[in-house]
Amino acid sequence: MATPAYETHEHDVIVIGAGGAGLRAAIEAAAQGVSVGLICKSLLGKAHTVMAEGGIAAALGNVWPEDNWQVHFRDTMRGGKMLNNWRMAQLHAQEAPERVLELERWGALFDRTQHGLISQRDFGGHRYARLAHIGDRTGLEMIRTLQYHGIHQGIDVYMECNVQRLLKDGDRVSGAVGYWRKNGEMVVFKAKAVVLATGGIGKAWKITSNSWEYTGDGHSLALWAGADLIDMEFVQFHPTHMVWPPSVAGLLVTEGVRGDGGTLKNNKGERFMFNYIPEFFKGETADNEAEADRWYEDKKNNRRTPDLLPRDEVARAIRSEVKAGRGSPHGGVFLDICSRRPADYIRKRLPSMYHQFKELAGVDITKEPMEVGPAQHYVMGGVRVDADTTQGTVAGLFAAGEVAGGMHGSNRLGGNSLSDLVVFGRRAGLHAALYAKNFGGQLVADAGQVDAVVRECLEPLERAGGENPYAIQADLQETMHNLVGIIRKEAELKEAFKRIEALKERAKKVRVDGGRVYNSGWHTALDLRSLLTVAECSALAALERKESRGGHTREDHPFTDDAWGKLNVVLRLREGRVQVSREPLPEMPAELKALFQERK
Amino acid sequence: MPTFTMRVFRGGPTGGDFRDYRVDADDGMVVLDVIHRLQATQAPDLACRWNCKAGKCGSCSAEIDGKPRLMCMTRMDLFKPGDTVTVTPIRTFPIIRDLVTDVSYNYVKARQVPPLRLKPPDPDGKYRMMQEDVDRAQEFHKCIECFLCQDVCHVIRDHEELKPAFAGPRFFIKAAGLDMHPLDTLDRTEFVRAQAGIGLCNITKCCTEVCPEHIHITDNGIIPMKERMVDNFDPVVWLLRKFRGGRQEPA
Repeated sequence: MATPAYETHEHDVIVIGAGGAGLRAAIEAAAQGVSVGLICKSLLGKAHTVMAEGGIAAALGNVWPEDNWQVHFRDTMRGGKMLNNWRMAQLHAQEAPERVLELERWGALFDRTQHGLISQRDFGGHRYARLAHIGDRTGLEMIRTLQYHGIHQGIDVYMECNVQRLLKDGDRVSGAVGYWRKNGEMVVFKAKAVVLATGGIGKAWKITSNSWEYTGDGHSLALWAGADLIDMEFVQFHPTHMVWPPSVAGLLVTEGVRGDGGTLKNNKGERFMFNYIPEFFKGETADNEAEADRWYEDKKNNRRTPDLLPRDEVARAIRSEVKAGRGSPHGGVFLDICSRRPADYIRKRLPSMYHQFKELAGVDITKEPMEVGPAQHYVMGGVRVDADTTQGTVAGLFAAGEVAGGMHGSNRLGGNSLSDLVVFGRRAGLHAALYAKNFGGQLVADAGQVDAVVRECLEPLERAGGENPYAIQADLQETMHNLVGIIRKEAELKEAFKRIEALKERAKKVRVDGGRVYNSGWHTALDLRSLLTVAECSALAALERKESRGGHTREDHPFTDDAWGKLNVVLRLREGRVQVSREPLPEMPAELKALFQERK
Repeated sequence: MPTFTMRVFRGGPTGGDFRDYRVDADDGMVVLDVIHRLQATQAPDLACRWNCKAGKCGSCSAEIDGKPRLMCMTRMDLFKPGDTVTVTPIRTFPIIRDLVTDVSYNYVKARQVPPLRLKPPDPDGKYRMMQEDVDRAQEFHKCIECFLCQDVCHVIRDHEELKPAFAGPRFFIKAAGLDMHPLDTLDRTEFVRAQAGIGLCNITKCCTEVCPEHIHITDNGIIPMKERMVDNFDPVVWLLRKFRGGRQEPA
């Protein structure tokens, strides 16, 4: 065999992605005594988890002793409009408290109750104040805790390494091929098991809270390796982001603002959310301002403020207000906490929000309302996994966090993402390690597969062609923004599909100069492949689901349809084409169904 | 739309030069936006790190007109239209390419800080901490690891020979944060003295000045540690302080 032009590493388990899920998976796999490689697209500690603000949902019962996993489970399922994988939602609600306490034992300093326990805050769709938090920088504390715990667990960390393709040995995943950003050299990982923890797909949209890393890498790696994706039509447009100045459009404004007493208002000063309470949530939502305001202090005798309806409901309401001409000067609505809470309280509870508006928009949120509007934030869809083990439909492949589908159904509740990361990150690490231990075969990396990936990766540097990768990315973002946004319809989705096909053709002619060393243009060119893949998947699934539910609203099918409520849209790559099918949801057992009959 | 001349370092470990680019800046843009526009239109291969674009991840550290800052939190309206704005990589670390440097030194040092050693829980299995005790350590937990404090530290910047025995301000406050953690039982004074080399710091406060999170690195982190080190170390005193809630900030 010729000397390979790339370095090779071997591990029992490799984890791709080093946010909350990836770090937690790597820590757990290492605890099982197997050799672990953790591959980060950026430097360690910079992953998207760092941006999470409001908190981590867990029924600790520190603030409201009435809270328990059943209530959290019920809130999660209702927030997802019952399309969630019930078993994932159950495991999540049951295990989140222990995962939060574990973070505390590893050094996380959560804000405290007056009795010295972990404090919890209100958030949309959660019946009780449930989010453990550190001001409004919970994600930073979480990733730093996992990072500094992780570096002492004997994990090999590969920073600024971009995985481009998974390797297969027959029907089984056997490793991955990537490149080092710092020098552009290719690198091969041989592994018995692979955990995907790559996050989401937000960079396919123009206005998003997601960073450059969110190009759907894990979704695409899984699809290309033959695994199923589910629920790709469900994209969360979080209702509150900065809308001005233009350069910060899409910067997240935490739901914690509303959890801590902030309210949404239109340009007439009306708290418009009272006009948008859907039938499904009427029983548990206050229909007048006095009751909504009392709810913050007395949850027993009052119903929740409609400002804290699930995110899909609030995002649609804001869009309607703006469309009706009742928006703010820069095309959003007003979010007012200054008239409702003292300045000191705001600065203590929401320090990053204060800082962010002050520095980037020149707005003092203790004195003026914020202008906010919806932006792409999260994808509910992802790799179809077994709830208990997180294993995908291809052997040796596991997935946790945003890249996995099913947990959140059609809409994720705020705070359920950070808990998802650690609950299923741990499960992924555990089961990947067990799989690796039971796997008796040889570690193999098929040279033919590796060479093909290497060739494909180097093409943009070598081919003749004139397409600029940034221009293709911008055109895709425009397409998804305009045609696969908050409100969809058939003609537009078909048009989106056509445009994505055209962009795929242009991407084949993308050309970058400047060599392989930390070449941002080359990196952008390579990311286009996964970005176009997930854009296509999302548009295809959105076209298939002919109803409106959660993060998928069809203008031409505006109602929720019970028949669709029993189906997942499943995507799989066969003979070079993405196939779409409708498959039944797992059936919830009777004792859990009973939880939904208790109260409306 | 105001136009600026962006004078950007282009090059690698063996050298490079400044190149001037004329770029328009929209309302409210920050330096990172302008760099992105440059990549999309004039210099596709320009190397720069970034992630969150919200001052939370600490990836886009650079020197802007010689001042160490986050590109994502530096607004273009700080400059007059027509101005030349110079952007260079942080100076202390070896250049990989353009605005990207090799910051692996920091990851080596990170592993040397002795981790949390947890005390046993309360009899009911829970851990209790009071908010006021948590607040002091939380200040250091705000660190976004942008390494600007490491960039301006004279010891790291000017004394290659001292780097093996010196950790720098980021890791002094990491150690301070752990020492102030209400559940921690380890004393890191000896680590900070012998391995992290805190004695080499002559408290010029350059680190504090550039911290985008406004952490009082020198006053609340380094000085109390130095004081504790020069006190004849007495474990009883240390324990007392730990339970009393630590020392007051120097005036």
